[in-house]
Amino acid sequence: MPKVTVDGIEIEVPQGATVLQAAELAGKEIPRFCYHERLSIAGNCRMCLVEVKPGPPKPQASCALPAAEGQEIRTDSEMVKKAREGVMEFLLINHPLDCPICDQGGECDLQDQAMAYGKGGSRYEENKRAVTEKYMGPIVKTSMTRCIHCTRCVRFAEEVAGVEEIGAIGRGEGMEITSYLEGAVHSELSGNVVDLCPVGALTSKPYAFEARPWELTKTLGIDVMDAVGTNIRIDSRGREVLRALPRVNDDVNEEWATDKTRHAIDGLMKRRLDKPYVRKNGKLEEASWNEAFQAIADVKAGSSVAAIAGDLVDCETMYAAKKLLKSMKSEMLEGRQTGLSYDVSNLAAVNFNTTIAGIEDADVILLVSTNPRWEASLVNTRIRKAVRQGHAKAFGIGPEADQTYPVEWLGDDMGLLAKLPKAAADALKDAERPAIILGGGALSIEGAHGAALKLADKYKLVRDGWNGFNVLHIGASRTGGLMLGYAHDGGIKAIAETKPKLLFALGADEMDYGLFKDSFKVFIGHHGDAGAHAADVILPGAAYTEKDGTYVNLEGRVQRSNKAIFAPGDAREDWSILRALSDVLGKTLPFDSFEELRVKMAKDHPELGTEGLVTFDWAPPKDLPGAPKGQGVHPIKDFYLTNCIARASGTMQRCSAELLHADDEMMEAAE
Amino acid sequence: MAFDFLQDKDRIFTNVYGFQSWDLKASQQRGDWDNTADIIKRGNDKIIEEMKASGLRGRGGAGFPTGLKWSFMPKEAPKDSQGNPRPSFLVINADESEPGSCKDREILRNDPHKLIEGALIAGFAMRARAAYIYIRGEYIMEAKVMEAAVQEAYDAGLIGKNAAKSGYDFDVFVHRGAGAYICGEETAMIESLEGKKGQPRLKPPFPAGAGLYGCPTTVNNVESIAVVPTIMRRGAAWFASFGRENNHGTKLFQVSGHVEKPAVFEEAMSIPFRDMIEKHCGGITGGWDNLLAVIPGGSSVPLVPAAQIMDAPMDFDGLKDLGSGLGTAAVIVMDKSTDIVRAISRLAYFYKHESCGQCTPCREGTGWMWRVMEKMRDGDAEIGDIDTLYEVTKQVEGHTICALGDAAAWPIQGLIRHFRPEMERRIREHKGENMVPEVMEAAE
Repeated sequence: MPKVTVDGIEIEVPQGATVLQAAELAGKEIPRFCYHERLSIAGNCRMCLVEVKPGPPKPQASCALPAAEGQEIRTDSEMVKKAREGVMEFLLINHPLDCPICDQGGECDLQDQAMAYGKGGSRYEENKRAVTEKYMGPIVKTSMTRCIHCTRCVRFAEEVAGVEEIGAIGRGEGMEITSYLEGAVHSELSGNVVDLCPVGALTSKPYAFEARPWELTKTLGIDVMDAVGTNIRIDSRGREVLRALPRVNDDVNEEWATDKTRHAIDGLMKRRLDKPYVRKNGKLEEASWNEAFQAIADVKAGSSVAAIAGDLVDCETMYAAKKLLKSMKSEMLEGRQTGLSYDVSNLAAVNFNTTIAGIEDADVILLVSTNPRWEASLVNTRIRKAVRQGHAKAFGIGPEADQTYPVEWLGDDMGLLAKLPKAAADALKDAERPAIILGGGALSIEGAHGAALKLADKYKLVRDGWNGFNVLHIGASRTGGLMLGYAHDGGIKAIAETKPKLLFALGADEMDYGLFKDSFKVFIGHHGDAGAHAADVILPGAAYTEKDGTYVNLEGRVQRSNKAIFAPGDAREDWSILRALSDVLGKTLPFDSFEELRVKMAKDHPELGTEGLVTFDWAPPKDLPGAPKGQGVHPIKDFYLTNCIARASGTMQRCSAELLHADDEMMEAAE
Repeated sequence: MAFDFLQDKDRIFTNVYGFQSWDLKASQQRGDWDNTADIIKRGNDKIIEEMKASGLRGRGGAGFPTGLKWSFMPKEAPKDSQGNPRPSFLVINADESEPGSCKDREILRNDPHKLIEGALIAGFAMRARAAYIYIRGEYIMEAKVMEAAVQEAYDAGLIGKNAAKSGYDFDVFVHRGAGAYICGEETAMIESLEGKKGQPRLKPPFPAGAGLYGCPTTVNNVESIAVVPTIMRRGAAWFASFGRENNHGTKLFQVSGHVEKPAVFEEAMSIPFRDMIEKHCGGITGGWDNLLAVIPGGSSVPLVPAAQIMDAPMDFDGLKDLGSGLGTAAVIVMDKSTDIVRAISRLAYFYKHESCGQCTPCREGTGWMWRVMEKMRDGDAEIGDIDTLYEVTKQVEGHTICALGDAAAWPIQGLIRHFRPEMERRIREHKGENMVPEVMEAAE
């Protein structure tokens, strides 16, 4: 632990800290552009110059200089002030003064730091540089004249996203940041470069000229596009969500978000269900809430009622529905819409036990019928980190898919899970922290779950201080649903066989409604998607930005999201719909406010009452069939169109068409 | 006291003009590869000690003691993450791109075996596995000669397995650059060798710790390596007998510009400027009164006005005292017919063109400096702009990752330091202010 002095303050800094970090620990702000905690050090902006003794008699780049015992660091000397002013002047001479029309205005590092460390005027009288725009895809808008060449975007693409498609060409003044052949950047994380860009060179294309940051109401939320539970900040104005930005949470998403998390939000304004509908003579017709409720009451279902929860619903909604069904004496609850029916007798056996942050420490990772890059992109960045740092090796069973890091694919036959090839078996045997990741596709294959558990037993994936058994869920509601009992024996098929008279579909858009031909289907949800098409009654609900809610992510982390805006039209928050319906059905639910509901839920399910990681005791079922057959599958066919919000989003449609199906069009044109 | 000129018997580069063939046979007749194994048998440390004793300072411009540089290389190979030892490398900087410099070229095309033998001895001394000779892209003929010479040496068993029967395995690779000045910077050269964009790396880590492919690496100039075999044969004391204290040895000087006979020649260090020009270059065009200024070490050092340089000793410390530097000893002589502002403006353009663009002060500053210099040429500026320009050079100098920023700033600083009256005169003339007295007269 070296001791250094920063502006006369003596502090001890951790081994390996840089001078910049030391200064920050001492409470001194160091301006910077190129330095970013989560990227490699470039040291090229030269804004973080400080005076360091002992050392050469010139200012040093603090971001790249290791803090050493006895250093005297000055951040407030005349030399430092002049150096900062000089660098700032250089940065500004070729930076256009278009702040009034720049989307970064108000949240621009260059703007802020020019105010704090600049000279206030320029002596540059020559012509400024102009750079042609570069195309980077449907998400990232470029204005490269504003670029200050910090190369954060280049380093992000190469190091975190794993796509080497952004780089610099030319040299000197002519250096330009561009994408490979000026094409779209093929990454599901491309939107992050917008946040990383310290100036307005890379801005958000869908958000272009929409709003100024100070006009926006900022609400802390949780993302539902996948089961990672990305912590987001929802920026809204009036009744519209304009942006979803990641918040820092080192346990979950670090500070990244997928493009779907960021940009599916325009789907919140489209295809919305804003009025109750009742099917009359085979046609859905607008109705009043009372008419709709009455139509449901008229079914007189008795206890022949089931509830299917979709991927996006919050725990409170599921809890309210469970209570309603219970009062009707039914326990037919299911959340695994696509028909999965894996064993849930021990939740640890269907959980991501290593934790998202923990997977970074694994040394051997076996991917089973999964494409984590699409199923949980931010888990994949962690695996990538482990592989990149050189201490982890990844194997894969199932269809090959580019994970941005080297994976040794063992084959497509799921039988391999029970009979691992030698290379993988040896690696697992010798590993100190071995891990297996079972994708959603694996759970759909008979025997895969059991075989994986046997493998966990054989290679001691669960050992002191380490649990390497992981199931990668895709739905944001999944783990919470399993905790609330949304898993029926035999899955959705078993429920269908009982031919329930009444079916509540809570935002379930991915299920096969053909199984419930004779049931009276009530859809409570927010988008006019598959569920609404099949429904007999539609009760318009609220999307994730329009309600408070509790979500449990794939590692069992309970997180709470806040309501940013009101649902459109007559749509209501889901729990209140169920509460009102319960009145009409004569089974009044025992809560009158959301707070009361939460208190009740916390009483019944204490682990959902507090935020944080729930630990499930490891007691896996022993007697599951363990001889999987056939080929592995990936449940996600199109990363950008996995749920009703994303499908309604114009941005996501464009991404899908351009990034995933561009070749299709070419093929058609060629024909 | 008259200066003792270097005698023919003490010349290291005996084929610098290419009067004889460069090939192995001719080189051996000149004394190259003469029992190299014997030198190697002295052992790593002995060779490094000898180099230190010779007082050789790096010939690439910075003048860092070569023996000391070699001693930074690890004695035991560092281990990588899998526990395997990492090799060490010698990189030979033949990316001679400094305007005015043309000495390495003569070695490459006329005396390549001196370099290859030097590479073996130096590589052995620093425990390197191989040497990479990074040749400037424009040196096409030189690269061809070099490649052929390396092949000759391989065929003769002088390098490769059991090089020169010394029991040491050593490879030499010739790598051609693509013509970027910045690749002459040692870390940019390493990046370029690795196949990346030639941009200097941050230091620390220094190449001796983590250089080429993350392995310990030393980057040396062609001349620094090519003189090694002769130093080993004739002894450190012989080499140290030339030049002043701390500036020992012989050196290839390259004189260009307004002299009667521009030339590349080997001479003892610390030779007075006047003697050097008179003996080797036939004097200044138009006589000594016609001398305006001299850039004594290649384009990146500040110019020195005539009066100061005439009797100055040409070595590292002598020129440092004049606020300039020896650099690569590429002497650019300018007589009074030179448009000195234009000349420096051209150099500013060169640095603008060659800046890698990585770090801010150099990327933005070189362009700014050049544009202001262009205005200074015609005097289309204000007097205050000279001060601004000087401040801009100060804002670039010492704030960049590599020394290119300094190199771009120094020539302009030298110009302002010594020729400010000339710059002011042009500005006034452009404004027509010099006409003022005449107008006054007319008014009377």
